[in-house]
Amino acid sequence: MSLFSLTIGEAHKKLKAKEVTSEELTRACIERIEAVDATLNAVVHRNFDRALEEAKKVDAIGNFSSPLAGIPYLAKDVFSETGTATTACSNVLRNKDYISPFDSTTTKRLKSAGAISIGKTNTDEFTMGASTETSCFDVTKNPWDLTRVAGGSSGGSAAAVASDECIFALGTDTGGSIRQPAAYCSVVGVRPTYGRTSRYGVLSMASSLDTIGPMAKTVEDAALILEAIAGHDRMDGTTSEKPVEPYAKNLSKDLKGVCIGIAKEFMIDGMDPEIQKNLEEAKKVLVSLGATLKEISLPHTKYALATYYVLCPSEVSSNMARYDGIRFGHSPSLAPELMRGLTLNGHYENVRGEGFGPEVKRRIMIGTYALSSGYYDAYYLKAQKVRTLIKKDFEDAYTQVDLVISPVTPTPAFTIGAHSDDPVAMYLEDAFMDGAVMAGIPALSVPSGFAKNGLPIGLQIMGPQWGEEMMFRAAYAYEQATEWKAQKPLLS
Amino acid sequence: MRTVMYSLCMTTLTKVQVLHIAKLARLKLSDEEVEKMSKELTSILGYIDQLGGVNTDGIEPTAQVTGITSRLREDTVIPSDASPDALLECSPLPITSHQISTPHAHG
Repeated sequence: MSLFSLTIGEAHKKLKAKEVTSEELTRACIERIEAVDATLNAVVHRNFDRALEEAKKVDAIGNFSSPLAGIPYLAKDVFSETGTATTACSNVLRNKDYISPFDSTTTKRLKSAGAISIGKTNTDEFTMGASTETSCFDVTKNPWDLTRVAGGSSGGSAAAVASDECIFALGTDTGGSIRQPAAYCSVVGVRPTYGRTSRYGVLSMASSLDTIGPMAKTVEDAALILEAIAGHDRMDGTTSEKPVEPYAKNLSKDLKGVCIGIAKEFMIDGMDPEIQKNLEEAKKVLVSLGATLKEISLPHTKYALATYYVLCPSEVSSNMARYDGIRFGHSPSLAPELMRGLTLNGHYENVRGEGFGPEVKRRIMIGTYALSSGYYDAYYLKAQKVRTLIKKDFEDAYTQVDLVISPVTPTPAFTIGAHSDDPVAMYLEDAFMDGAVMAGIPALSVPSGFAKNGLPIGLQIMGPQWGEEMMFRAAYAYEQATEWKAQKPLLS
Repeated sequence: MRTVMYSLCMTTLTKVQVLHIAKLARLKLSDEEVEKMSKELTSILGYIDQLGGVNTDGIEPTAQVTGITSRLREDTVIPSDASPDALLECSPLPITSHQISTPHAHG
Protein backbone atom coordinates (compact mmCIF):
# COMPACT_ATOMS: atom_id res chain seq x y z
CA MET A 1 0.00 0.00 0.00
CA SER A 2 1.31 3.44 -0.92
CA LEU A 3 1.99 5.87 1.91
CA PHE A 4 -0.46 8.42 0.51
CA SER A 5 -3.31 5.89 0.78
CA LEU A 6 -2.99 5.62 4.55
CA THR A 7 -5.68 6.78 6.95
CA ILE A 8 -4.76 8.93 9.94
CA GLY A 9 -4.99 5.90 12.22
CA GLU A 10 -2.69 3.81 10.00
CA ALA A 11 -0.18 6.60 9.40
CA HIS A 12 -0.08 7.43 13.11
CA LYS A 13 0.89 3.85 13.99
CA LYS A 14 3.71 3.86 11.45
CA LEU A 15 4.99 7.25 12.56
CA LYS A 16 4.95 6.24 16.19
CA ALA A 17 6.75 2.96 15.47
CA LYS A 18 9.32 4.97 13.42
CA GLU A 19 8.49 2.86 10.36
CA VAL A 20 8.03 6.04 8.33
CA THR A 21 8.90 9.68 8.86
CA SER A 22 6.56 12.63 8.47
CA GLU A 23 8.87 13.86 5.70
CA GLU A 24 8.37 10.61 3.75
CA LEU A 25 4.62 10.75 4.26
CA THR A 26 4.46 14.41 3.25
CA ARG A 27 6.65 13.79 0.21
CA ALA A 28 4.39 10.89 -0.82
CA CYS A 29 1.33 13.17 -0.80
CA ILE A 30 3.21 15.89 -2.68
CA GLU A 31 4.26 13.39 -5.33
CA ARG A 32 0.69 12.14 -5.55
CA ILE A 33 -0.53 15.71 -6.13
CA GLU A 34 2.10 16.17 -8.81
CA ALA A 35 1.01 12.93 -10.47
CA VAL A 36 -2.78 13.35 -10.51
CA ASP A 37 -3.72 16.96 -9.95
CA ALA A 38 -3.15 18.09 -13.52
CA THR A 39 -6.16 15.84 -14.23
CA LEU A 40 -8.30 16.72 -11.18
CA ASN A 41 -7.51 20.38 -10.43
CA ALA A 42 -8.21 19.98 -6.72
CA VAL A 43 -5.20 21.86 -5.31
CA VAL A 44 -4.92 25.59 -6.07
CA HIS A 45 -2.05 26.71 -3.81
CA ARG A 46 0.93 24.44 -3.19
CA ASN A 47 3.06 25.14 -0.14
CA PHE A 48 5.31 22.13 -0.54
CA ASP A 49 8.71 23.50 0.53
CA ARG A 50 7.24 24.92 3.67
CA ALA A 51 5.41 21.63 4.36
CA LEU A 52 8.60 19.59 4.01
CA GLU A 53 10.41 21.93 6.40
CA GLU A 54 7.61 21.55 8.95
CA ALA A 55 7.64 17.76 8.53
CA LYS A 56 11.39 17.67 9.16
CA LYS A 57 10.87 19.69 12.34
CA VAL A 58 8.18 17.27 13.56
CA ASP A 59 10.49 14.33 12.78
CA ALA A 60 13.36 15.97 14.65
CA ILE A 61 11.20 16.49 17.74
CA GLY A 62 9.99 12.91 17.37
CA ASN A 63 6.90 13.33 19.56
CA PHE A 64 4.03 11.45 17.95
CA SER A 65 1.74 11.29 20.97
CA SER A 66 -0.91 13.37 19.15
CA PRO A 67 -2.76 11.29 16.53
CA LEU A 68 -2.31 14.12 14.01
CA ALA A 69 1.42 14.69 14.55
CA GLY A 70 3.28 14.51 11.26
CA ILE A 71 0.10 13.96 9.21
CA PRO A 72 -0.11 15.99 5.95
CA TYR A 73 -3.41 17.70 5.11
CA LEU A 74 -4.94 20.18 2.68
CA ALA A 75 -7.18 23.11 3.67
CA LYS A 76 -9.89 24.68 1.55
CA ASP A 77 -8.75 28.01 0.05
CA VAL A 78 -10.59 30.04 2.71
CA PHE A 79 -8.41 29.17 5.72
CA SER A 80 -5.93 31.89 6.66
CA GLU A 81 -2.46 30.62 7.40
CA THR A 82 0.39 33.03 8.01
CA GLY A 83 2.51 33.53 4.92
CA THR A 84 0.30 31.56 2.53
CA ALA A 85 -1.98 32.69 -0.27
CA THR A 86 -5.67 32.60 0.68
CA THR A 87 -7.80 33.64 -2.27
CA ALA A 88 -11.25 32.01 -1.82
CA CYS A 89 -10.75 31.13 -5.51
CA SER A 90 -11.86 34.67 -6.35
CA ASN A 91 -10.30 37.19 -8.70
CA VAL A 92 -11.04 39.84 -6.08
CA LEU A 93 -8.18 38.39 -4.00
CA ARG A 94 -6.07 37.06 -6.84
CA ASN A 95 -4.77 40.10 -8.71
CA LYS A 96 -2.32 40.53 -5.91
CA ASP A 97 -2.68 37.24 -4.02
CA TYR A 98 -3.86 37.87 -0.50
CA ILE A 99 -1.12 36.52 1.77
CA SER A 100 -2.62 35.93 5.21
CA PRO A 101 -0.78 37.78 7.99
CA PHE A 102 -2.31 35.54 10.68
CA ASP A 103 -3.61 32.00 11.29
CA SER A 104 -7.16 30.73 11.50
CA THR A 105 -7.90 29.07 14.84
CA THR A 106 -8.45 25.75 13.06
CA THR A 107 -5.10 25.66 11.25
CA LYS A 108 -3.39 26.95 14.39
CA ARG A 109 -4.85 24.08 16.42
CA LEU A 110 -3.82 21.58 13.75
CA LYS A 111 -0.32 23.02 13.73
CA SER A 112 -0.02 22.70 17.47
CA ALA A 113 -1.17 19.06 17.12
CA GLY A 114 1.73 18.60 14.68
CA ALA A 115 -0.28 18.25 11.45
CA ILE A 116 1.48 19.37 8.24
CA SER A 117 -0.35 21.81 5.96
CA ILE A 118 0.67 21.16 2.34
CA GLY A 119 -1.62 23.51 0.41
CA LYS A 120 -5.07 24.90 -0.32
CA THR A 121 -7.89 23.27 -2.24
CA ASN A 122 -10.32 24.47 -4.86
CA THR A 123 -13.71 25.88 -3.90
CA ASP A 124 -16.54 27.75 -5.50
CA GLU A 125 -15.78 31.46 -5.30
CA PHE A 126 -16.09 32.44 -1.61
CA THR A 127 -17.71 28.99 -1.12
CA MET A 128 -20.80 30.06 -3.13
CA GLY A 129 -21.81 27.09 -5.23
CA ALA A 130 -22.35 23.35 -5.33
CA SER A 131 -19.80 22.29 -7.95
CA THR A 132 -16.55 24.38 -7.79
CA GLU A 133 -17.62 25.70 -11.21
CA THR A 134 -17.63 29.28 -9.88
CA SER A 135 -13.92 29.06 -8.87
CA CYS A 136 -11.60 31.47 -10.68
CA PHE A 137 -9.21 28.50 -10.98
CA ASP A 138 -11.72 26.42 -13.00
CA VAL A 139 -13.67 23.32 -11.99
CA THR A 140 -12.40 20.35 -9.96
CA LYS A 141 -13.13 17.05 -11.68
CA ASN A 142 -14.71 14.11 -9.92
CA PRO A 143 -12.06 11.37 -9.47
CA TRP A 144 -14.74 8.73 -10.14
CA ASP A 145 -15.77 10.24 -13.48
CA LEU A 146 -13.78 13.11 -14.94
CA THR A 147 -16.79 14.44 -16.89
CA ARG A 148 -18.64 15.08 -13.60
CA VAL A 149 -18.27 17.69 -10.88
CA ALA A 150 -16.67 16.78 -7.56
CA GLY A 151 -19.42 18.80 -5.89
CA GLY A 152 -19.02 21.96 -3.91
CA SER A 153 -18.21 24.15 -2.55
CA SER A 154 -15.53 22.02 -0.79
CA GLY A 155 -15.07 20.02 -4.02
CA GLY A 156 -11.29 20.38 -4.06
CA SER A 157 -10.99 18.95 -0.54
CA ALA A 158 -13.35 16.04 -1.33
CA ALA A 159 -11.58 15.13 -4.59
CA ALA A 160 -8.17 15.44 -2.88
CA VAL A 161 -9.14 13.06 -0.07
CA ALA A 162 -10.80 10.59 -2.48
CA SER A 163 -7.72 10.52 -4.70
CA ASP A 164 -5.20 10.30 -1.82
CA GLU A 165 -3.57 13.68 -2.47
CA CYS A 166 -3.54 14.13 1.31
CA ILE A 167 -4.34 12.10 4.41
CA PHE A 168 -7.22 14.43 5.29
CA ALA A 169 -8.64 17.83 4.39
CA LEU A 170 -10.59 20.73 5.85
CA GLY A 171 -13.83 22.07 4.41
CA THR A 172 -16.53 24.55 5.29
CA ASP A 173 -20.26 23.86 5.26
CA THR A 174 -22.75 26.70 5.07
CA GLY A 175 -25.56 25.05 3.08
CA GLY A 176 -24.11 21.57 2.45
CA SER A 177 -20.64 22.42 1.16
CA ILE A 178 -18.89 19.62 3.08
CA ARG A 179 -21.55 16.92 2.87
CA GLN A 180 -22.49 17.14 -0.82
CA PRO A 181 -18.93 16.89 -2.23
CA ALA A 182 -18.18 14.16 0.34
CA ALA A 183 -21.14 12.17 -1.03
CA TYR A 184 -20.14 12.84 -4.66
CA CYS A 185 -16.56 11.65 -4.05
CA SER A 186 -17.14 8.82 -1.51
CA VAL A 187 -15.39 10.33 1.50
CA VAL A 188 -16.58 11.16 5.02
CA GLY A 189 -17.60 14.81 5.50
CA VAL A 190 -18.79 16.35 8.76
CA ARG A 191 -20.73 19.54 9.43
CA PRO A 192 -20.51 20.01 13.21
CA THR A 193 -23.04 21.83 15.38
CA TYR A 194 -22.92 25.56 14.67
CA GLY A 195 -20.35 27.00 17.08
CA ARG A 196 -18.61 23.67 17.78
CA THR A 197 -15.67 24.82 15.63
CA SER A 198 -14.24 28.33 15.45
CA ARG A 199 -14.78 30.45 12.34
CA TYR A 200 -11.94 32.82 13.24
CA GLY A 201 -9.60 33.37 10.32
CA VAL A 202 -11.84 31.60 7.80
CA LEU A 203 -13.16 33.88 5.05
CA SER A 204 -16.84 34.32 5.91
CA MET A 205 -19.78 33.67 3.64
CA ALA A 206 -22.90 33.65 5.87
CA SER A 207 -21.81 34.17 9.46
CA SER A 208 -24.89 32.73 11.20
CA LEU A 209 -24.66 29.53 9.12
CA ASP A 210 -20.94 28.92 8.40
CA THR A 211 -19.26 25.89 10.00
CA ILE A 212 -15.78 24.36 9.73
CA GLY A 213 -15.41 20.61 9.49
CA PRO A 214 -13.29 17.61 8.52
CA MET A 215 -13.22 15.63 5.27
CA ALA A 216 -11.58 12.25 5.73
CA LYS A 217 -11.10 8.71 4.48
CA THR A 218 -12.83 7.10 7.49
CA VAL A 219 -15.30 8.02 10.22
CA GLU A 220 -12.60 7.44 12.86
CA ASP A 221 -10.29 9.91 11.10
CA ALA A 222 -13.07 12.51 10.92
CA ALA A 223 -13.72 12.03 14.65
CA LEU A 224 -10.02 12.51 15.45
CA ILE A 225 -9.84 15.71 13.38
CA LEU A 226 -12.97 17.20 14.93
CA GLU A 227 -11.61 16.48 18.41
CA ALA A 228 -8.47 18.42 17.53
CA ILE A 229 -10.18 21.46 16.03
CA ALA A 230 -13.40 21.76 18.09
CA GLY A 231 -13.94 23.79 21.22
CA HIS A 232 -14.34 27.29 22.56
CA ASP A 233 -12.29 30.06 21.00
CA ARG A 234 -12.15 33.52 22.50
CA MET A 235 -11.77 34.90 18.95
CA ASP A 236 -15.23 33.58 17.93
CA GLY A 237 -18.02 34.54 20.30
CA THR A 238 -20.39 31.99 18.78
CA THR A 239 -18.24 29.02 19.87
CA SER A 240 -19.55 27.00 22.80
CA GLU A 241 -17.77 26.38 26.09
CA LYS A 242 -19.20 22.84 26.25
CA PRO A 243 -16.36 20.33 26.58
CA VAL A 244 -15.40 18.40 23.44
CA GLU A 245 -16.16 14.70 23.82
CA PRO A 246 -13.60 11.99 22.93
CA TYR A 247 -15.49 11.10 19.74
CA ALA A 248 -12.95 8.61 18.40
CA LYS A 249 -12.65 6.70 21.67
CA ASN A 250 -16.42 6.31 21.94
CA LEU A 251 -17.02 4.80 18.51
CA SER A 252 -18.75 1.46 18.74
CA LYS A 253 -19.77 -1.25 16.38
CA ASP A 254 -23.38 -1.76 17.37
CA LEU A 255 -26.39 0.47 17.66
CA LYS A 256 -28.47 -1.38 20.24
CA GLY A 257 -31.19 0.85 21.61
CA VAL A 258 -30.57 3.65 19.10
CA CYS A 259 -33.73 4.99 17.46
CA ILE A 260 -33.31 6.49 13.99
CA GLY A 261 -35.90 8.77 12.41
CA ILE A 262 -36.84 8.82 8.75
CA ALA A 263 -38.70 11.95 7.72
CA LYS A 264 -41.38 11.47 5.10
CA GLU A 265 -40.70 15.00 3.83
CA PHE A 266 -37.34 13.86 2.45
CA MET A 267 -39.05 11.48 0.03
CA ILE A 268 -39.46 14.08 -2.69
CA ASP A 269 -40.56 13.83 -6.31
CA GLY A 270 -37.65 13.79 -8.68
CA MET A 271 -35.42 11.75 -6.41
CA ASP A 272 -33.28 9.30 -8.35
CA PRO A 273 -34.70 5.74 -7.80
CA GLU A 274 -31.16 4.51 -7.16
CA ILE A 275 -30.79 7.01 -4.32
CA GLN A 276 -34.11 5.82 -2.89
CA LYS A 277 -32.99 2.18 -3.12
CA ASN A 278 -29.66 3.06 -1.53
CA LEU A 279 -31.45 4.58 1.47
CA GLU A 280 -33.61 1.46 1.85
CA GLU A 281 -30.46 -0.69 1.91
CA ALA A 282 -28.81 1.59 4.48
CA LYS A 283 -31.90 1.28 6.68
CA LYS A 284 -31.56 -2.54 6.60
CA VAL A 285 -27.89 -2.32 7.63
CA LEU A 286 -28.72 0.02 10.53
CA VAL A 287 -31.49 -2.31 11.73
CA SER A 288 -29.11 -5.29 11.52
CA LEU A 289 -26.77 -3.36 13.85
CA GLY A 290 -29.49 -3.07 16.47
CA ALA A 291 -31.08 0.29 15.61
CA THR A 292 -34.83 0.77 15.44
CA LEU A 293 -36.44 2.96 12.78
CA LYS A 294 -39.30 5.38 13.23
CA GLU A 295 -41.15 7.52 10.74
CA ILE A 296 -41.15 11.16 11.77
CA SER A 297 -42.38 14.42 10.31
CA LEU A 298 -40.37 17.59 9.76
CA PRO A 299 -43.18 19.64 8.19
CA HIS A 300 -41.20 22.85 7.61
CA THR A 301 -38.06 21.34 6.10
CA LYS A 302 -39.51 21.87 2.64
CA TYR A 303 -39.00 25.60 3.27
CA ALA A 304 -35.38 25.21 4.37
CA LEU A 305 -33.93 25.89 0.94
CA ALA A 306 -35.99 29.04 0.37
CA THR A 307 -35.08 30.20 3.89
CA TYR A 308 -31.43 29.55 3.10
CA TYR A 309 -31.63 31.61 -0.08
CA VAL A 310 -32.84 34.63 1.87
CA LEU A 311 -30.54 34.38 4.90
CA CYS A 312 -27.40 33.37 3.04
CA PRO A 313 -27.40 36.11 0.35
CA SER A 314 -28.36 38.72 2.96
CA GLU A 315 -25.36 37.82 5.08
CA VAL A 316 -23.22 37.53 1.93
CA SER A 317 -24.09 41.07 0.89
CA SER A 318 -22.87 42.26 4.27
CA ASN A 319 -19.74 40.06 4.47
CA MET A 320 -18.62 40.84 0.92
CA ALA A 321 -18.63 44.58 1.66
CA ARG A 322 -15.06 44.26 2.98
CA TYR A 323 -13.74 43.41 -0.49
CA ASP A 324 -13.45 46.99 -1.63
CA GLY A 325 -9.88 47.08 -2.93
CA ILE A 326 -8.58 49.18 -0.04
CA ARG A 327 -7.10 46.89 2.61
CA PHE A 328 -6.55 43.83 0.43
CA GLY A 329 -7.19 42.26 -2.89
CA HIS A 330 -7.86 43.28 -6.42
CA SER A 331 -7.30 46.84 -7.55
CA PRO A 332 -7.71 47.83 -11.17
CA SER A 333 -6.87 51.48 -10.46
CA LEU A 334 -3.27 51.33 -9.34
CA ALA A 335 -1.82 53.70 -11.89
CA PRO A 336 -1.76 57.34 -10.64
CA GLU A 337 -3.30 58.60 -13.89
CA LEU A 338 -6.24 56.23 -13.36
CA MET A 339 -6.62 57.31 -9.75
CA ARG A 340 -6.95 60.97 -10.76
CA GLY A 341 -10.58 62.00 -10.82
CA LEU A 342 -11.74 58.60 -9.58
CA THR A 343 -14.16 58.78 -6.67
CA LEU A 344 -14.02 56.33 -3.82
CA ASN A 345 -17.37 54.88 -4.84
CA GLY A 346 -16.09 54.56 -8.39
CA HIS A 347 -13.09 52.64 -7.06
CA TYR A 348 -15.33 50.26 -5.10
CA GLU A 349 -17.56 49.68 -8.11
CA ASN A 350 -14.61 48.96 -10.39
CA VAL A 351 -12.90 46.61 -7.93
CA ARG A 352 -16.06 44.67 -7.16
CA GLY A 353 -17.42 44.68 -10.70
CA GLU A 354 -14.16 43.24 -12.04
CA GLY A 355 -13.21 41.06 -9.08
CA PHE A 356 -16.40 39.17 -8.28
CA GLY A 357 -17.78 36.39 -10.46
CA PRO A 358 -21.45 35.93 -11.44
CA GLU A 359 -22.61 33.84 -8.47
CA VAL A 360 -21.12 36.18 -5.88
CA LYS A 361 -22.70 39.13 -7.68
CA ARG A 362 -26.08 37.37 -7.77
CA ARG A 363 -26.00 36.73 -4.03
CA ILE A 364 -24.85 40.26 -3.21
CA MET A 365 -27.72 41.59 -5.32
CA ILE A 366 -30.37 39.31 -3.77
CA GLY A 367 -29.09 40.13 -0.28
CA THR A 368 -28.95 43.86 -0.91
CA TYR A 369 -32.52 43.73 -2.20
CA ALA A 370 -33.78 41.58 0.70
CA LEU A 371 -32.18 43.86 3.30
CA SER A 372 -33.16 47.14 1.68
CA SER A 373 -35.55 49.45 3.50
CA GLY A 374 -39.12 48.26 3.24
CA TYR A 375 -38.20 44.68 2.34
CA TYR A 376 -36.39 43.55 5.46
CA ASP A 377 -39.57 42.33 7.22
CA ALA A 378 -40.90 40.49 4.18
CA TYR A 379 -37.65 38.66 3.47
CA TYR A 380 -34.98 38.55 6.19
CA LEU A 381 -37.25 38.70 9.24
CA LYS A 382 -39.72 36.27 7.66
CA ALA A 383 -36.90 33.82 6.88
CA GLN A 384 -35.59 34.09 10.45
CA LYS A 385 -39.06 33.17 11.73
CA VAL A 386 -39.27 30.19 9.37
CA ARG A 387 -35.82 29.20 10.66
CA THR A 388 -37.37 29.03 14.16
CA LEU A 389 -40.08 26.68 12.84
CA ILE A 390 -37.55 24.40 11.13
CA LYS A 391 -35.41 24.30 14.26
CA LYS A 392 -38.50 23.43 16.34
CA ASP A 393 -39.38 20.57 13.96
CA PHE A 394 -35.99 19.00 14.66
CA GLU A 395 -36.24 19.65 18.41
CA ASP A 396 -39.61 17.87 18.44
CA ALA A 397 -38.19 15.01 16.38
CA TYR A 398 -35.29 14.50 18.77
CA THR A 399 -37.71 13.95 21.66
CA GLN A 400 -38.74 10.76 19.83
CA VAL A 401 -35.53 9.65 18.05
CA ASP A 402 -31.76 9.80 18.61
CA LEU A 403 -30.72 10.49 15.02
CA VAL A 404 -32.32 11.31 11.67
CA ILE A 405 -31.12 9.90 8.35
CA SER A 406 -31.73 10.90 4.74
CA PRO A 407 -29.93 10.83 1.40
CA VAL A 408 -27.32 13.61 1.06
CA THR A 409 -28.41 14.61 -2.44
CA PRO A 410 -31.35 13.71 -4.73
CA THR A 411 -28.95 12.45 -7.46
CA PRO A 412 -25.29 11.41 -7.75
CA ALA A 413 -22.69 13.87 -9.14
CA PHE A 414 -23.96 15.82 -12.14
CA THR A 415 -22.15 16.50 -15.40
CA ILE A 416 -19.90 19.57 -15.55
CA GLY A 417 -21.93 22.48 -16.97
CA ALA A 418 -25.33 20.80 -16.43
CA HIS A 419 -26.70 23.56 -14.15
CA SER A 420 -24.60 26.48 -15.31
CA ASP A 421 -27.51 28.40 -16.84
CA ASP A 422 -29.99 27.76 -14.06
CA PRO A 423 -29.08 29.05 -10.59
CA VAL A 424 -32.26 27.66 -9.00
CA ALA A 425 -31.51 24.12 -10.29
CA MET A 426 -28.04 24.43 -8.75
CA TYR A 427 -29.55 25.61 -5.45
CA LEU A 428 -31.86 22.55 -5.37
CA GLU A 429 -28.73 20.40 -4.94
CA ASP A 430 -28.80 21.47 -1.29
CA ALA A 431 -32.45 20.52 -0.63
CA PHE A 432 -31.76 17.66 1.83
CA MET A 433 -28.99 19.48 3.63
CA ASP A 434 -30.45 22.87 4.53
CA GLY A 435 -32.72 21.54 7.30
CA ALA A 436 -29.65 20.76 9.42
CA VAL A 437 -28.23 24.18 8.55
CA MET A 438 -31.33 26.00 9.79
CA ALA A 439 -31.53 23.87 12.94
CA GLY A 440 -27.81 24.34 13.70
CA ILE A 441 -27.45 20.59 14.20
CA PRO A 442 -24.51 18.35 13.28
CA ALA A 443 -24.81 16.25 10.12
CA LEU A 444 -22.40 14.08 8.22
CA SER A 445 -22.11 12.25 4.94
CA VAL A 446 -20.78 8.70 4.99
CA PRO A 447 -20.17 6.66 1.80
CA SER A 448 -23.16 4.35 1.23
CA GLY A 449 -22.48 2.71 -2.10
CA PHE A 450 -22.45 3.35 -5.82
CA ALA A 451 -25.01 3.88 -8.56
CA LYS A 452 -25.01 1.52 -11.57
CA ASN A 453 -22.85 3.98 -13.49
CA GLY A 454 -20.18 3.79 -10.78
CA LEU A 455 -20.88 7.16 -9.15
CA PRO A 456 -20.71 7.33 -5.35
CA ILE A 457 -23.74 7.88 -3.10
CA GLY A 458 -23.73 9.22 0.47
CA LEU A 459 -25.90 8.65 3.52
CA GLN A 460 -26.68 11.67 5.69
CA ILE A 461 -26.82 11.15 9.46
CA MET A 462 -28.06 14.08 11.55
CA GLY A 463 -27.83 14.41 15.34
CA PRO A 464 -29.32 16.90 17.78
CA GLN A 465 -27.30 20.03 18.63
CA TRP A 466 -24.02 18.95 20.32
CA GLY A 467 -24.90 15.32 19.49
CA GLU A 468 -21.75 14.62 17.47
CA GLU A 469 -20.81 11.62 19.58
CA MET A 470 -23.94 9.57 18.75
CA MET A 471 -23.76 10.68 15.11
CA PHE A 472 -20.17 9.42 14.82
CA ARG A 473 -21.08 6.15 16.55
CA ALA A 474 -23.84 5.41 14.05
CA ALA A 475 -21.67 6.39 11.08
CA TYR A 476 -18.82 4.21 12.34
CA ALA A 477 -21.06 1.20 12.93
CA TYR A 478 -22.53 1.60 9.43
CA GLU A 479 -19.08 2.05 7.86
CA GLN A 480 -17.70 -1.04 9.61
CA ALA A 481 -20.68 -3.11 8.44
CA THR A 482 -20.23 -2.08 4.79
CA GLU A 483 -17.33 -2.19 2.39
CA TRP A 484 -17.66 1.16 0.62
CA LYS A 485 -14.62 2.85 2.15
CA ALA A 486 -12.33 0.20 0.66
CA GLN A 487 -13.23 1.30 -2.88
CA LYS A 488 -10.98 3.86 -4.52
CA PRO A 489 -11.29 5.70 -7.82
CA LEU A 490 -9.00 4.51 -10.61
CA LEU A 491 -6.54 7.26 -11.46
CA SER A 492 -3.45 6.81 -13.55
CA MET B 1 -35.30 60.09 -1.23
CA ARG B 2 -36.11 56.70 -2.69
CA THR B 3 -36.36 57.07 -6.42
CA VAL B 4 -37.08 53.47 -7.31
CA MET B 5 -40.09 51.59 -5.98
CA TYR B 6 -40.24 47.82 -5.93
CA SER B 7 -43.40 45.80 -6.12
CA LEU B 8 -43.26 42.92 -3.66
CA CYS B 9 -46.25 40.97 -4.89
CA MET B 10 -44.86 40.74 -8.42
CA THR B 11 -41.22 40.26 -7.45
CA THR B 12 -40.01 40.74 -10.95
CA LEU B 13 -36.96 42.93 -11.10
CA THR B 14 -36.69 45.35 -13.97
CA LYS B 15 -33.38 46.53 -15.36
CA VAL B 16 -33.86 49.91 -13.64
CA GLN B 17 -34.33 48.14 -10.31
CA VAL B 18 -31.29 45.94 -10.95
CA LEU B 19 -29.19 49.05 -11.58
CA HIS B 20 -30.47 50.67 -8.40
CA ILE B 21 -29.60 47.60 -6.27
CA ALA B 22 -26.19 47.39 -7.97
CA LYS B 23 -25.57 50.99 -6.99
CA LEU B 24 -26.48 50.25 -3.36
CA ALA B 25 -24.16 47.22 -3.45
CA ARG B 26 -21.29 49.18 -5.10
CA LEU B 27 -21.16 46.81 -8.04
CA LYS B 28 -20.45 47.93 -11.59
CA LEU B 29 -22.42 45.71 -13.96
CA SER B 30 -22.14 45.52 -17.74
CA ASP B 31 -25.29 45.92 -19.89
CA GLU B 32 -25.18 42.20 -20.52
CA GLU B 33 -24.96 41.46 -16.78
CA VAL B 34 -27.91 43.77 -16.04
CA GLU B 35 -29.99 41.95 -18.65
CA LYS B 36 -29.07 38.52 -17.28
CA MET B 37 -29.40 39.57 -13.63
CA SER B 38 -32.92 40.85 -14.20
CA LYS B 39 -34.06 37.40 -15.36
CA GLU B 40 -32.06 35.39 -12.82
CA LEU B 41 -33.00 37.48 -9.79
CA THR B 42 -36.66 37.33 -10.79
CA SER B 43 -36.42 33.56 -10.94
CA ILE B 44 -34.65 33.31 -7.55
CA LEU B 45 -37.13 35.70 -5.91
CA GLY B 46 -39.94 33.64 -7.42
CA TYR B 47 -38.57 30.61 -5.60
CA ILE B 48 -38.11 32.51 -2.33
CA ASP B 49 -41.68 33.85 -2.48
CA GLN B 50 -43.01 30.51 -1.17
CA LEU B 51 -42.01 31.68 2.32
CA GLY B 52 -44.90 34.14 2.14
CA GLY B 53 -47.26 31.15 2.49
CA VAL B 54 -45.82 29.99 5.84
CA ASN B 55 -47.80 31.01 8.91
CA THR B 56 -45.33 32.67 11.26
CA ASP B 57 -47.82 34.49 13.50
CA GLY B 58 -46.41 34.75 17.01
CA ILE B 59 -43.12 33.08 16.02
CA GLU B 60 -39.92 34.68 17.26
CA PRO B 61 -37.11 35.09 14.73
CA THR B 62 -33.91 33.04 15.24
CA ALA B 63 -30.68 34.93 14.72
CA GLN B 64 -28.35 32.75 16.81
CA VAL B 65 -29.30 29.13 16.44
CA THR B 66 -27.62 27.62 19.55
CA GLY B 67 -28.91 30.29 21.90
CA ILE B 68 -25.54 31.76 22.87
CA THR B 69 -25.95 35.42 23.75
CA SER B 70 -23.38 38.19 23.90
CA ARG B 71 -20.60 37.33 26.28
CA LEU B 72 -18.19 39.57 28.11
CA ARG B 73 -14.52 38.99 28.75
CA GLU B 74 -11.85 40.69 30.80
CA ASP B 75 -10.81 44.00 29.28
CA THR B 76 -7.22 42.99 28.78
CA VAL B 77 -4.94 43.56 25.82
CA ILE B 78 -4.46 40.45 23.68
CA PRO B 79 -1.41 40.67 21.44
CA SER B 80 -2.34 40.35 17.77
CA ASP B 81 -0.67 37.76 15.55
CA ALA B 82 -0.37 40.22 12.70
CA SER B 83 1.77 43.36 12.90
CA PRO B 84 0.38 46.68 11.57
CA ASP B 85 2.95 46.64 8.78
CA ALA B 86 2.02 43.10 7.77
CA LEU B 87 -1.62 44.19 7.52
CA LEU B 88 -0.71 47.27 5.45
CA GLU B 89 1.33 45.02 3.18
CA CYS B 90 -1.93 43.35 2.07
CA SER B 91 -3.22 46.55 0.47
CA PRO B 92 -2.98 46.91 -3.30
CA LEU B 93 -2.89 50.72 -2.95
CA PRO B 94 0.16 52.93 -2.30
CA ILE B 95 1.25 53.23 1.34
CA THR B 96 2.52 56.58 2.59
CA SER B 97 3.57 57.15 6.20
CA HIS B 98 1.80 53.96 7.34
CA GLN B 99 -1.43 55.02 5.67
CA ILE B 100 -3.17 53.65 2.58
CA SER B 101 -3.62 56.30 -0.14
CA THR B 102 -7.17 55.86 -1.38
CA PRO B 103 -9.07 57.70 -4.10
CA HIS B 104 -10.88 60.76 -2.72
CA ALA B 105 -14.54 60.58 -1.83
CA HIS B 106 -15.38 63.28 -4.39
CA GLY B 107 -12.74 62.45 -7.00
